[in-house]
Amino acid sequence: MVITEHKPFEEILEMLKDSQSIFITGCSLCATSCFTGGEAQVLEMKEKLEKEGKTVTGYAILDPSCNKLQVRATLKKQKEAVDAADAILCMACGDGAQTVAAVVDDKPVFPANNTMFIGEIERVGHFVEACKACGQCELGWTAGICPITKCAKGLMNGPCGGSKNGKCEVNPENDCAWVLIYERLEKLGKLDKMLELKPPKDHSKAYNPRKIVVKK
Amino acid sequence: MGLLEEKLKSGEFVVTAEMAPPKGIDMTHFKECAKAVKGRVAGVNVTDFQSAVVRVSSLGAAVILLEEGLEPIMQITGRDRNRIAIQGELLAAGALGIKNVLALTGDHPMFGDQPGAKPVYDCDSVNILMIASKLMEGQDWAGNQLNKAPEFFLGASVTPLFDPLEAQIIKMKKKMQAGAKFFQTQAVYDIEVLRKFREATKDLNAKVLVGVIPLKSPGMANYMNKNVPGIHVPDALIERLKGAENKVKEGLKIAAEFINQVKEEKLCDGVHIMAIGAEENVPILLDMCNL
Ligand code: SF4
Ligand code: SF4
Repeated sequence: MVITEHKPFEEILEMLKDSQSIFITGCSLCATSCFTGGEAQVLEMKEKLEKEGKTVTGYAILDPSCNKLQVRATLKKQKEAVDAADAILCMACGDGAQTVAAVVDDKPVFPANNTMFIGEIERVGHFVEACKACGQCELGWTAGICPITKCAKGLMNGPCGGSKNGKCEVNPENDCAWVLIYERLEKLGKLDKMLELKPPKDHSKAYNPRKIVVKK
Repeated sequence: MGLLEEKLKSGEFVVTAEMAPPKGIDMTHFKECAKAVKGRVAGVNVTDFQSAVVRVSSLGAAVILLEEGLEPIMQITGRDRNRIAIQGELLAAGALGIKNVLALTGDHPMFGDQPGAKPVYDCDSVNILMIASKLMEGQDWAGNQLNKAPEFFLGASVTPLFDPLEAQIIKMKKKMQAGAKFFQTQAVYDIEVLRKFREATKDLNAKVLVGVIPLKSPGMANYMNKNVPGIHVPDALIERLKGAENKVKEGLKIAAEFINQVKEEKLCDGVHIMAIGAEENVPILLDMCNL
């Protein structure tokens, strides 16, 4: 899932300072799970903006915000409200905001959220980063723990000298990924995987922007 | 062959010292400290933006040591450079006559004085060693020919106080396989930690210089215990420092006793003295243990 966080409201107001009427878009998937773009948050945003003297011409929970055809179809249904707005405030991830901006290309589209990372829901409201979309997945030899994401330095050959009590030197609240990998490999009887020399990672798979076509 | 390599091969008890380049271009103090250890150490480590703090670069400072007639051990980390810059730096080092290179992963920028910097870590310490070894074969990492290959004596670091120690030793083995010929350790204060480490690595045939940081005060010891991974100063030593009139002198005494013990038990191939900001004390310490 793509994890997002609200931008501070002041920053949103600053972006919207030249726009009087606003159309708000939310997102039914990730942003709903992150409490940053579900219906409740969109309505809350509407109220806050109106308190600041703005007009909210309408809103839509896009299903989801990153699907261009869906976005186009949904916004078409609300054409009047969209046309009446000076700007769109998008409560989704950066991808959702760009999709909306590509569909509504004659109006400014502003992001209401900061896109943080690809991660998992540990429990409701608790998210942890899990994958950096490196393009060449290493999980097969690391006992299913990502060294690129979970090690603060993205190391490929084992722990740096900085781990203390199994925690990472960069943020002692995090486990050292390489201590975890070591322990899990040992448990699986696969410590030989850790002894293999890994060359510098091939980053060419992550040269951006990337594009994939699977259906002609 | 450089002095460090020669001495390690001869089996002599080897001393290296570490010097951090200054922040700013006045090299007077740096040169004075270098002169003070000239002829008494096999090599001087030049740190590479130690603790992720901006300073004169290790290559620049290493060249100044060469000019002063000392043998530098150029540290190079993966924090600030990708594989292109690492290779360029190593080739420059080779061209300038630097013989010893110590490969490190590098402290994270968040510890330094530019905490917003984007860390690179394109290469970890093992990768830097692999790349340096390839350059020594006359090829860059991608396999392109060099017009002349550099010759390095490659080193790396190891932390004897690490849990689980086996994870460090696995990495140490990889560093050797990647070309490391000598190791310098994080500072050790407890001889028992070193004994255990040597026992665990005795079959590795690695040259190991144990790290020594002379203590300056009980506060410094407490600080390191709390903040520096891989370092533990036993309580007894902290008490000893507390009771001492001249704390710096007592710290040097403690270091000297440790070094003598290491020599006596033949626990290591030498010592690596890191005076961190008190480089002028290194010759005093060497006098104290007749080195
Ligand atoms: S190695 Fe890590 S960052 Fe790369 S794809 Fe796999 S989980 Fe994602
Ligand atoms: S302490 Fe562990 S997780 Fe943190 S940077 Fe070092 S190896 Fe990576």
